[in-house]
Amino acid sequence: MVNVLERLGHQVDYPEGQTCCGQPAFNSGYFPEAKKVADHFLKTFADADLIAVPSGSCTAMIRKFYPELYQDSPQSEVVSELSGRVFEFTELLVNHLDVTDVGAKLEGTATYHDGCHGLRELGIQDAPRKLLENVQGLTLVEMDEAQSCCGFGGTFAIKFPQISTAMTQVKLGSAAQTEADYLISGDPSCLMQIGGYFSREKSPIQCLHIAEVLDQQ
Amino acid sequence: MSQSTNPFTQFQTDADRVTADDDRRRFLRTSLRGYQSTRTATQNRFLDYESARIAASDAKWEAIENLDIYLAQFADKLEARGATVHWCNDSEEARNAILEIIKKHDAKSVIKSKCMTTEEIHLNQLLEKEGFEVVESDLGEFIVQLRDEAPYHFVFPAMHLKKEEINTLFQEKLKSINTNDPEELTMVAREVLRQKYLSADIGISGANFGVAETGMISITENEGNARLTTALPKVHISLMGIEKIIPRLEDLALLLPILATAGTGQHLTCYNSQLGGPRQEDESDGPIEMHVVLLDNHRTRLLADPEQRDALRCIRCGACLNVCPIFKNVGGHTYGTTYQGPIGSVITPHLRGLKDWKHLSHSSSLCGACTETCPVKIDLHHHLLRNRRNAAGKGQGGIAERLLMLGFTVVMRRPWLYRLAGSLGKVGHVLTKPIHGTRIDPFYAWKKTRDLDDPAKQSFRQYWRARK
Ligand code: SF4
Repeated sequence: MVNVLERLGHQVDYPEGQTCCGQPAFNSGYFPEAKKVADHFLKTFADADLIAVPSGSCTAMIRKFYPELYQDSPQSEVVSELSGRVFEFTELLVNHLDVTDVGAKLEGTATYHDGCHGLRELGIQDAPRKLLENVQGLTLVEMDEAQSCCGFGGTFAIKFPQISTAMTQVKLGSAAQTEADYLISGDPSCLMQIGGYFSREKSPIQCLHIAEVLDQQ
Repeated sequence: MSQSTNPFTQFQTDADRVTADDDRRRFLRTSLRGYQSTRTATQNRFLDYESARIAASDAKWEAIENLDIYLAQFADKLEARGATVHWCNDSEEARNAILEIIKKHDAKSVIKSKCMTTEEIHLNQLLEKEGFEVVESDLGEFIVQLRDEAPYHFVFPAMHLKKEEINTLFQEKLKSINTNDPEELTMVAREVLRQKYLSADIGISGANFGVAETGMISITENEGNARLTTALPKVHISLMGIEKIIPRLEDLALLLPILATAGTGQHLTCYNSQLGGPRQEDESDGPIEMHVVLLDNHRTRLLADPEQRDALRCIRCGACLNVCPIFKNVGGHTYGTTYQGPIGSVITPHLRGLKDWKHLSHSSSLCGACTETCPVKIDLHHHLLRNRRNAAGKGQGGIAERLLMLGFTVVMRRPWLYRLAGSLGKVGHVLTKPIHGTRIDPFYAWKKTRDLDDPAKQSFRQYWRARK
């Protein structure tokens, strides 16, 4: 992501004090705990013009759920202002910076998996596809139910591993049908789930983050 | 479904079994896929489906926000035409009210059309114990009743069964002919049911809507069985949850098609009946008595929750189940609830207690497919999150989870600790190598079915520093 943004002429900084957005606690129902972690995020990123996030899920946490966490708190204004500066990587490129071709090259066929948070909380659907269509050498094929959940869901994957895995099994079936070489997604957590299962099942499909693809020259 | 164990253990055990049953899961997926494509096609024939959803949810919302007024209006109108309205706080009161009516009429047999609310109050069990014959007239319900099972899905009660299984069941229980033909199987059931309609003393139905303006219940169905159930026996009892109220008759003009579209993908279901009282003096048919039993059963508890009361808008179309990846992979019985799927996971903790039913809110990846599809725009997946918050706030997550979250907060607020944890993680990874993949591996729950990459040799921060 850094490489791509720099190639496009932007100056990128990485605040070294950053940790986590707090979503694991939030999704487990521990809102006050999540808020403490969010406090740290707000401090760390207070000065950024734009915050680029390589994950739809973390972006959704900051943009959609921080305002809920800080409802009725004195920081609520700071939070709503900050959430307007947070962008998921592909929406930043396509919707905000108006870039759909980053000059990347990758030979092969790929299918795109929509992460649920990016898709349903943020409405990101076209941006990654536009970017991938412009990757030289890459053919994009839609899989069946590309928008159905991969089964990750944070602690859900650990608390209910049997259901979580069954969902990924369905995903593998749809991806395999496309005969794609790559499964690409904008969410590292989906990729951990899908990649972990695909590799266990010895599927030849390689799982890649979209930033990795856009970085290919 | 093993009812005696605690709901969480039962859920996990049944989920283990169903997720391992590839064949059944594929069967479910295929039937729901058929549903999904017809529904999408029907949806697209609305001029503007999104506006229709908003209007439908507004109509329901208006009723929920003014429930006291509309309920009273509904009851007054019904009573003015000679029906009796019973107000019941809980299952027991509703069961007793119904039992009393049946006993008063010296009835022997009861015919029922589809009504999930009777499942909620466990009516059949009581009536059978009291020695009455109870027959379900909806085909799906009839099938699960023969199998002594609960409905699998609150709209499609027998969707888990293949026609071959129904054939075997009918041969066994009804001594029917050997056929896998769905039409012939339906005829077999019809033949049995026809006799029952004629001999039943009491007809029990549900209600999809209660129209306040006119004092009518509205019943949606596809088989015509509800019409017979409510018209042939001399007494008709309708059991309905208080949230079924809608303000005006004209609201049905939108709600009926939207229920059909979301529920089965039809433009309209084959039959929609509005019933406003027993047989009137100038009428030649219909029941002599009509009773409407209104059930609260903790719905008012949900009404008192300003965050989640929109769940009372539910029209029980079942669409959220049909798109839910959890439902598709664990099936309906696993939930152990009257209402399965996302809406069941949201409301069951309110109806039956958060402590015992919170696991349903955790058993979700929060993907939001339910919320996206709900025709009355209930914020389903966020309500699951709110149930999680309520459970955690009450300390129901347990000490270990609390400590884990505390540790998480402590580390994530301190970058140096975060880095240290990262390095310790790498060391730990090396040290625990001998137990990797075994049951005592801390990542066992993950690794049993999924690989996990080794921690990166270089953290992003190290990479960043080197890059500069
Ligand atoms: S919650 Fe919505 S989608 Fe689910 S059954 Fe109720 S109305 Fe239908």
